[in-house]
Amino acid sequence: MRVMELAQFCASSRIVIVAGKGGVGKTTVVATLATMAARTGLSVLVVEVEGKSGLSAALGLPPLTYEEVEARPRLRVRALSADDALLEYLDQRGLHRISGRLVRSGTLDVVATAVPGMRDILLLGKVKQLEQAAAGPDLIVVDAPAAGHAITFLTSARGLQDAVRVGPVRHQADEVVALLADPARCQVLLVTLPEETPVNEVAETAFALEDRVGIALGPVVVNQCLPARWSGSPHAVADATRARCDLDADDAVALDRATAFVGARRAIQLEQIRRLATRLPLPQIHLPFLDEEIGPTGIDHLADAFAAQVATLRAP
Amino acid sequence: MSALADLLDHRHVLVCCGTGGVGKTTTAAALALAGAQQGRRVAVITIDPARRLADTLGLAGHTDAEVDRDRWDPEGRAPGRARLTAMMLDPSETFDGLVARYARNEEQRDRILGNRFYRNLAGALSGTQEYMAMERLHELHETGAYDLIVVDTPPTRHALDFLDAPQRLIRLLDNRVFRLMMAPARGALRVAGTALHLFVRQLGRVVGTGVVDDIVSFFRAFDGMEEGFRARADAVRTLLAAPDTAFVLVTSPRRDSIDEARHFAERITDHGLTVDALVANRVLPAFAEADAAADLRARATALRDRPATDDPDADAAGRRLADRYDTLADLAVVAARERAVLTEAATAMGTRPVYVPYLDHDVHDLGALREIGRHLVG
Repeated sequence: MRVMELAQFCASSRIVIVAGKGGVGKTTVVATLATMAARTGLSVLVVEVEGKSGLSAALGLPPLTYEEVEARPRLRVRALSADDALLEYLDQRGLHRISGRLVRSGTLDVVATAVPGMRDILLLGKVKQLEQAAAGPDLIVVDAPAAGHAITFLTSARGLQDAVRVGPVRHQADEVVALLADPARCQVLLVTLPEETPVNEVAETAFALEDRVGIALGPVVVNQCLPARWSGSPHAVADATRARCDLDADDAVALDRATAFVGARRAIQLEQIRRLATRLPLPQIHLPFLDEEIGPTGIDHLADAFAAQVATLRAP
Repeated sequence: MSALADLLDHRHVLVCCGTGGVGKTTTAAALALAGAQQGRRVAVITIDPARRLADTLGLAGHTDAEVDRDRWDPEGRAPGRARLTAMMLDPSETFDGLVARYARNEEQRDRILGNRFYRNLAGALSGTQEYMAMERLHELHETGAYDLIVVDTPPTRHALDFLDAPQRLIRLLDNRVFRLMMAPARGALRVAGTALHLFVRQLGRVVGTGVVDDIVSFFRAFDGMEEGFRARADAVRTLLAAPDTAFVLVTSPRRDSIDEARHFAERITDHGLTVDALVANRVLPAFAEADAAADLRARATALRDRPATDDPDADAAGRRLADRYDTLADLAVVAARERAVLTEAATAMGTRPVYVPYLDHDVHDLGALREIGRHLVG
């Protein structure tokens, strides 16, 4: 079997959109992937599109703005907003006189409601522009909206082609559709937890994205997997007797309760991981549950774990 | 009596808030069940419950269902008048209902329901779901059929979105640009009108004239109805600010979720509201004392450092015991950190968190909901 080189994995598309249901640790995965890619020597830009996320905390930065900041060598981060993207877009096309008014008068809200997905198109259009910039980064990692919203986020370009027949927004939609359908330019990395509802949801999201957007899907990242070292049967007394050592009675109870608990939780996780494999024929990357706060150190550990598993993926 | 048991006994509305993925829906269902057990007639409005939870609540294929008494109260302990009804939100249906209610006549209603802008408005994911949850709450309140209404809020990134939803919708419907376009053009307004038409024409160049036509005809059709919507939004706001409405904030013990909870607690005061209870969901149980980790690791090391004997089975048993001590130490560290972060946040918010432990099984059936309820009400 030919296995995947880490550098090859990180460079397999220019844009990686990371998507998943709220609470699954999507932002952690964004920071992990970006850190891992920057380590291989790529210049990486992380883009946050949904306002305040834990991204700045994960990378040890102050809250993000529209301006790029450097988090680490070769790793830059910025936020994007639809309003800013629209203003910039209109300005570049000589329509700056109406752009400010659109936002100030609240008309943008009305128009964005009339054209569902217009905000998404503007954001993805801006990502596309970043991709095509002359001195653009090697890899752009996008922290997408939560699943459900992620489907809308990625399907809106097609929907918009029906609603808007002419004009710059239509043009933008066409370009975004082309971007999303090209696996060398763009792929989606889905994130989930080894739990029932997140597994169902990630499978539904994956099929919706494949059917409706035709977008390439990378491996599914299963986050917060309890470590295998947390295993063992709840028979501390038996082992203590066998090992001929003293075991405090309170310790015996605590050890057995703890091992029974993690045993039960791991069993649930493993069952869900198996179920995910049956429902969704994509390779899986398992990131460990971190017993530390999510911050730059934790992200480094996760990047190690991610990189180690890329080495086991089959090369395309 | 615990803070939550007290709320369940005396309040009329409980709003469960929090970011997506923290277990709001489960918490709302467990609170509703606990309220029924305390003898109240309870309705719980859920939004997008996980399939097995929906089945448990009898919502498979229905948008509302009364849960059979012998299912939620198998031991027959709850007072006779208690009831438990579960509901699931169908945003588009309710929104159409509102339009039908406020429309002057059938013609206006049909013009709006058939408008493409309206269909987008009713179907847009963000905003309307939040609005409809509040709308449904108000409807149930009006019926007077329930002592207690527990509302789950939609899984938004920002927990506060549902509070702003009615106002956002009103702002949208009130948009000056489109309103002015329909005003009769006289005197000074004619000048404004010309500038507006120019603006709208330019807008058409950006998004296409078909879109702008849809919007304009929507606002024409909608004309006169915004008063009804505004009155309704005010009524919802009054209901939320009523003294017998309580806000239950649900968080996971993870830092990002707690930060968002703190932000919510600060912002909600801008609306003249307060968080009445903080639920820390899925908190790792403390299997050992919080400060025992170092001690536990020392025991693990001592066991590993024992010289090998001529009994390999005994040595292996010693190593297994050492591994367990390490696991216990890891769990103690995580549990202590979760509690420290939660305590710090709760102190800053001036409240005491109610801990719901991370269980060794998933919560799908009424038995598990009762178990969660016991932890919630203490």
